Amino acid sequence: MADHEQPLLVADGLTKWYGRQLGCRDVSLALFEGEVLAVVGESGSGKSTLLHLLAGQLAPSAGDVRYRMRDGVTRDLATLSEAERRFLARTDWGYVQQDASLGLRMGVSAGGNIGERLMAVGWRHYGRIRGAAESWLDRVEIDPSRIDESPSRYSGGMRQRLQIARNLVTQPRLVFMDEPTGGLDVSVQARLLDLLRRLVQDLGLAVIVVTHDLAVARLLSHRIMVMKGGEVIETGLTDQVLDDPREAYTQLLVSSVLPV
Amino acid sequence: MTTVLEVCNVSKSFTMHLRGGLTLPVVHGVSFEARAGECIVLAGPSGAGKSSMLKMVFGSYRCDLGAIRLHHGDGQTDVARAEPRTILALRRRVIAYVPQFLRAVPRVAAVDVVAEPLIAGATGREIAMRRAGDLLAQLNLPERMWSLPPATFSGGEQQRVNIARGLIGDHPLLLLDEPTASLDAANRAIVIDLVNARKRRGTAIVAIVHDADVRDAIADRIIDVTAFAAAA
Repeated sequence: MADHEQPLLVADGLTKWYGRQLGCRDVSLALFEGEVLAVVGESGSGKSTLLHLLAGQLAPSAGDVRYRMRDGVTRDLATLSEAERRFLARTDWGYVQQDASLGLRMGVSAGGNIGERLMAVGWRHYGRIRGAAESWLDRVEIDPSRIDESPSRYSGGMRQRLQIARNLVTQPRLVFMDEPTGGLDVSVQARLLDLLRRLVQDLGLAVIVVTHDLAVARLLSHRIMVMKGGEVIETGLTDQVLDDPREAYTQLLVSSVLPV
Repeated sequence: MTTVLEVCNVSKSFTMHLRGGLTLPVVHGVSFEARAGECIVLAGPSGAGKSSMLKMVFGSYRCDLGAIRLHHGDGQTDVARAEPRTILALRRRVIAYVPQFLRAVPRVAAVDVVAEPLIAGATGREIAMRRAGDLLAQLNLPERMWSLPPATFSGGEQQRVNIARGLIGDHPLLLLDEPTASLDAANRAIVIDLVNARKRRGTAIVAIVHDADVRDAIADRIIDVTAFAAAA
């Protein structure tokens, strides 16, 4: 069923060495449109390195990443010019950082943060940009009357939601997320997760989300990759990996979650 | 009657690495089939592997040996070997599963929990919400509760949300794990009616029910899972 589709992103044998230190080794994956993949593991497992490689922010020591562009042509990221890669990152991709202040421009108003991505894809009409920014603020549950405020006056949860709006306004097909709920209060986390879940579903986004929180993976993802020591040790359907973990390390991760 | 599900020689065990690699056998050599319009009830004491069987058919447990063949509009798929995205596609269109307990997502209203599988199956939101409301009304869940997240509901109320969620699609295969366990007699009777209505529409059903009255009211055949007990 549905096997005729081409993947959106394909990674083959991705390996990264930092000198003699291994980042990750021989990671391969294929991601289809509308699919959410969670990469789980502890700090130092290589999951952030993998995310940077997939998003073209880091050059691999071996292996490659191919992406099917909006014109239908699949390109090897390594062959894109820096300008092409930046354009891709600003339009067809999103990148949600754990620390929203790194993903936002803190000196620019909330509306400006959203509008900037639209201007990058050629929007010029001020009224329309402002209108789009207002509607996106509303969509991420931020009162549109706060459009002219700087995100430095926003709470942590609001900043994270603003960062999401900034990323999604250009209707990307693929969004990378690095611990999107990390560092937030639990109640704020639940609200953000619920919002992300709905947006991902409504917009049919493909997502690669890196998290150490199995509850986040359970709630958001279709598939899971478990990493340890730079290598992928187990992959599968999310409920299969969490309910019937096969590897010793995955069993340890799953059994270490405190019940509430 | 056409065969919807064929379970062929399925075996499953758990290896507990945190217990020194202890192997827990679950089932061995299970074979049965379910045809359109019939209800198979898996019988046997707790721990016989009944729920594990349902989870293997749904794809949330891995299957060590054997095949779990599903026959559907696009041909046939072996769940035991299928890629994750194939299983997800099957869950949208072919297999529905009512687990023993509802896994409630924080902040999501009961009616949205019920409508979600239909919306994911590309039915319009409005139609899905209306159908979800109809089902919840049929299952006697008071309308004032529809907009509340089910996390604070009683066991029986959660159970009915869970059943409505499983029944909302028109999947040709329905897996039910103790659907009436925490329901009173009146609501049990409603679930029996709903299940029998699905049988008449040609749905194949595999159920686990301990209650003898419910079992007698829905079962066409009973498969005793203890016959497939794995040698310990």
